[in-house]
Amino acid sequence: MRFARVSGTCVCTAKVPAWKGHRLLVCHWTDPGGSPSGRPFVAIDLVSAAPGQRVFVVRGREAANALPDPDNPADAAIVGIVDHVRERPWDGGRGGA
Amino acid sequence: MFTGRVVGEVVATVKHADLAARKLLLVQPVTPEGKPSGGAVIAVDAVDAGPDDLVLVNDEGNGAAQVLHRPRGAVRTVVVGIVDRVTGGADG
Repeated sequence: MRFARVSGTCVCTAKVPAWKGHRLLVCHWTDPGGSPSGRPFVAIDLVSAAPGQRVFVVRGREAANALPDPDNPADAAIVGIVDHVRERPWDGGRGGA
Repeated sequence: MFTGRVVGEVVATVKHADLAARKLLLVQPVTPEGKPSGGAVIAVDAVDAGPDDLVLVNDEGNGAAQVLHRPRGAVRTVVVGIVDRVTGGADG
């Protein structure tokens, strides 16, 4: 999975049946700091993300598996909305401050 | 699989059900010599890795499903080991 930012929506009236009820969002990859990098792409949205939000995206076969019907042609899926990133040093869930 | 350095933790309240209750680590891929190589990835932690750990990351869905004891789902990137040492590398 990698970070991306949602920049827009891609509306398709005619689409494969397995995608029914899910939105397609235009995203671009970002680095962990949120700066854009690379080309825009379209991902299927599993988490009701909105334009402007920082998300993470899974690619490949696992993007299709993210939908209830895994028999679909998705190659990128938004699977989480980033609250924040704890960069080191952090306690890593091992206690401490 | 590749080696990487744990550089952060990603906090996400809203996420796919396959990621529920999973710790998400930010991992910077590194060469066997320890140099950063490519962009950071977000991986599910299966070995209780922590900050600055050198880890082994599997980026393939079937392996992820096996490690997490789940059917094939939306997860493909999993931290599957904490590296003690690496020998060889670019020069073999």
